Amino acid sequence: MEFADYFLELYENTGWNFVFLYEQYEYDRVLEGMWVSIKLIVASLIFSLVVGFIGAWAQGVNSKFVRNAIAGYIQLFRNTPPFVQILFFYFVLGNLVPTYDAGGYQEGYIDSFGWAVISLGFFAGSFNVEIFRSGIEAVPESTREAAEALGYTRLMSYIHVIFPLAFRVCLPSLNNNLVNLLKTTTLAYGIAVPEMMYTANQIWSDNVNVSEMMIFLFLFYVGLVAILVYGMHKWERKMKIPGYG
Amino acid sequence: MSEIASNGGSAWTPDQPMVSIKDVHKSFGDLEVLKGISMDIMKGECICIIGPSGSGKSTLIRCVNALNDIQKGSILVEGLEVNDPALDKLELRKKVGMVFQQYNLFPHKTAIENIMMAPIHVLKQDEKEVEELARELVKKVRLEGKENSYPGELSGGQQQRVAIARSLAMTPDVMLFDEVTSALDPETVKEVLTTIQELAEEGMTCILVTHEMGFAREVANHIYFTDRGVIVEHGEPATFFDDAKDPRTKEFLSQIL
Repeated sequence: MEFADYFLELYENTGWNFVFLYEQYEYDRVLEGMWVSIKLIVASLIFSLVVGFIGAWAQGVNSKFVRNAIAGYIQLFRNTPPFVQILFFYFVLGNLVPTYDAGGYQEGYIDSFGWAVISLGFFAGSFNVEIFRSGIEAVPESTREAAEALGYTRLMSYIHVIFPLAFRVCLPSLNNNLVNLLKTTTLAYGIAVPEMMYTANQIWSDNVNVSEMMIFLFLFYVGLVAILVYGMHKWERKMKIPGYG
Repeated sequence: MSEIASNGGSAWTPDQPMVSIKDVHKSFGDLEVLKGISMDIMKGECICIIGPSGSGKSTLIRCVNALNDIQKGSILVEGLEVNDPALDKLELRKKVGMVFQQYNLFPHKTAIENIMMAPIHVLKQDEKEVEELARELVKKVRLEGKENSYPGELSGGQQQRVAIARSLAMTPDVMLFDEVTSALDPETVKEVLTTIQELAEEGMTCILVTHEMGFAREVANHIYFTDRGVIVEHGEPATFFDDAKDPRTKEFLSQIL
């Protein structure tokens, strides 16, 4: 445990208290917090992409009602703070969800983690709809017609032709939005999802080491964003079409 | 006749026109582009529609596979009424193949994938069988060795031949060609025309909108000259080109021949 000893000594000599690097209990807490954060990020990312994919398709359907509903959804979620959305989902919608007896107290069928995923997914999803739409509009009408002439329905041509092309066009702006979403997941702190931000708060409450935990949070999120961006760039390169664009 | 026909394609027999266009009117807003066009195309015929730009030629053939709707008149494809609100578009598009001026290949798929996509996705055919057919079609349009190239890696002429093969993979009964050589370099025009000529000679029913008069003269059974939304004159190539009657036809031909 040379590593741990080093940080214990650092604390004793300088007062810098990276407690989670020498104390097993705090170390486990941090690991758990990191793990919850990663789960939260992956789940809301996927959910927001699904929302974007469906929303961008629904923007082009014949039904005026559906189109207006999508437009309303986008306005609502783009124009309100994500923190307010999370609180709204958890405290307002959460109240409407049936509960079950979780051994002495009532627990909703959707827990705070679930609400965080739903609200963050819808939040980033509203941006994704618009991002995908920009990509869809970049696909020439003639390509759509070619698919139509081959007997593709609107949905099939969206899945097999339009979306794959649109996705490539809008990847750079999608990157931005997903990075934003990753960082916004820290707001789940507000409804006590035990993700990294929340865990860090618990640790600094117990150990009075706010600066140290803040430094760690910075590094943690810099690292996560770096991994996400690296992955997205790699994906972008892999999807590059020879001789196109 | 049209009443029987609109009840289903079974009413059609090969002695009737494969494509029957009757008094078709089409407007974009206030602009009437087609002002009562009629023509019949028999099975195995190859017809060319020529005329100045803006005369409605492309609009007309786009109406044949319902990419544009019409306001008045009737278009029957093997007895299927295209101007029927309840038209089964898939049924129509199985019968009618279309090739565009700008090729319109799917840029994210290789040549062979472009050819295979529609039969697999739309007709739900077996992938292995489709691949076999696709390889035959690649050979037919003389693109062996280019199967795995992306459209962006092919010349215009090669892309257009992939587009023809892609359309043929749906085994259509009629092929529509919408100025398919207009976007090509002069030296690649011929390779595409040769492909179309071979198709026509094999008995494929073809409707071409074209500016290639030499080709029209050699390959077409019948030429239609359209101007400002009407058919000004039509006839067999020999009579049409050498013995045009209408002054507008004469003027057009004198400008391009």
